Amino acid sequence: MSMKDEVVSRPAGQERETGSMMGGMGEQEQERGERPKRVGDRVFRYLTTTSGLVIVVAIVLIGFFLLIKAVPSLLADSTNFLTDWRFDTTGGKLAFGIRDMLVVTVLSSLLALVLAMPISLGIALFLTQYAPRSLARGFGYLVDLLAAVPSVVFGLWGVLVLGPAIEPVQRALNAGLGWFPLFSDGNVSLAGGGNIFTAGVVLAVMLLPIITSVTREVFRQTPVNQIEGALALGATKWEMVRTTVLPFGKSGFIAASMLGLGRALGETIAVLMILHTATSPSGFSFFDGGSTFASKIASAASEFSEPLPTGAFIAAGLVLFLLTFVVNAIARSIAKPKKEKA
Amino acid sequence: MAKRLDAKDLNIYYGKFQAVAEVTLAVPPRNVTAFIGPSGCGKSTVLRTLNRMHEVTPGARVEGEVLLDGEDIYAGGVDPVDVRRTIGMVFQRPNPFPTMSIKDNVIAGLRLAGVRDKSRLDEVAERALRGANLWNEVSDRLNKPGGSLSGGQQQRLCIARAIAVQPAVLLMDEPCSALDPISTLAIEDLIAELKKEYTIVIVTHNMQQAARVSDQTAFFNLAGVGQPGKLIEIDDTEKIFSNPGQQATEDYISGRFG
Repeated sequence: MSMKDEVVSRPAGQERETGSMMGGMGEQEQERGERPKRVGDRVFRYLTTTSGLVIVVAIVLIGFFLLIKAVPSLLADSTNFLTDWRFDTTGGKLAFGIRDMLVVTVLSSLLALVLAMPISLGIALFLTQYAPRSLARGFGYLVDLLAAVPSVVFGLWGVLVLGPAIEPVQRALNAGLGWFPLFSDGNVSLAGGGNIFTAGVVLAVMLLPIITSVTREVFRQTPVNQIEGALALGATKWEMVRTTVLPFGKSGFIAASMLGLGRALGETIAVLMILHTATSPSGFSFFDGGSTFASKIASAASEFSEPLPTGAFIAAGLVLFLLTFVVNAIARSIAKPKKEKA
Repeated sequence: MAKRLDAKDLNIYYGKFQAVAEVTLAVPPRNVTAFIGPSGCGKSTVLRTLNRMHEVTPGARVEGEVLLDGEDIYAGGVDPVDVRRTIGMVFQRPNPFPTMSIKDNVIAGLRLAGVRDKSRLDEVAERALRGANLWNEVSDRLNKPGGSLSGGQQQRLCIARAIAVQPAVLLMDEPCSALDPISTLAIEDLIAELKKEYTIVIVTHNMQQAARVSDQTAFFNLAGVGQPGKLIEIDDTEKIFSNPGQQATEDYISGRFG
């Protein structure tokens, strides 16, 4: 166990790094339990352990909060929570289902992902492989800046600029490919573009910097000897990228995309501003309106007073919570086996 | 197939820094030429200009000519990709492509050159692996990843990958420096075999190795830190190690510095 040696031989002033090794520390402490502990080491260990616990406790508490508040409302629900599209919490009787919210959330996020993934991949490749250094710097900064734009601004842009601008495209798709469910007539008017399609495009722009920046860092770490190996074999630039950079960065790119998907699933204000209210169930079309989990909850937030109707929204939040959990778990499992020998 | 290589008046730069000055040398075909000299003397840099790998480093450039059987590989209109397909290279640290199988590693160069015929690829893979003395060790696991081999095997895999495309010249940049003595011996034996068919240039820190494997030896040196490296002399290996023409060479070989 070389890690142990490292920890033991580390001088007292340098505990800063041991934080990252917290995972393995417990067993080691037991192994050499009889040895005297240095005070600084002990204090730091408790500090880092506490910090680690905060995260766990927070997640568990949020989960519990959602569950406890949601259960009474779920029990009082007079319709099927999973398959009903209506979300009626007014009046005396609760009748709420999440079908359409799930559909709108997933469709808009997936559309965003499908649009953002190839473009992000292209930007990351351009920045790391093709752009001259000076350009890559400024350009990379610009991409990061995109991540700093508040989502309410993206919402404004979507409603006022993008929606009307891509309305003709949407009409053409609807007219030409209307036989395909995703492009069939939606439950809101195409006018103004207040539908999943527009929301998906806006979300895609929001995902670009997230996916790009992570992917860029992974691509940048492609071992030089791999790159030179390919070039020395007579690979062109693109062939070099295909044989070394892409295989090396693939899992990182997928993990970055999942990270972006998590973000898209939870995006609230931009989607809320863009989507028009629907009065009939979703037909799994990009031209449907309605609301996502997040936008539905946000739009009702000002009226949370009665516990039972509020609990209905919390139940919806619980589903979103679980959905993002699953997406993140998938991202983790994909990102994990990335152990390359340099 | 094996070709001769002539470098003329090479001046090599990294940005404004001149790494190597005025190198002229000739590498005859089917012959092993060793580059020796202290660290930083530019021997690897010279090697990398011989297949236009030097210019992969940002800001790097080369003045002078490198003639492959009389044709300048730095002439206008010559594609460095074609040069590297003709002049193969093996690196200091074994660098098989980790996501590819052993076989795919060997035929990677042919695939790049557009060969698709499966039986031809199988045939070349076997011939190259036999040529690199690796066939007997891996023939039963050709579809395992290249990274699953030991360091010495990985390096021979890289040699197999380089010779699979039947290069006119094979450049080796300290191919044994990351290997144990037994693997080193295997590679040295292999070099002795390969020189029957290939022109080989090898950079090495190990003078015994240069003495063992090479026919001619070039000694590089630099006057001081920040000064460009220079070729001090190039001659038959026997002569360099027994009766060198320059005092600096003798000092280096006898271990008086470096």
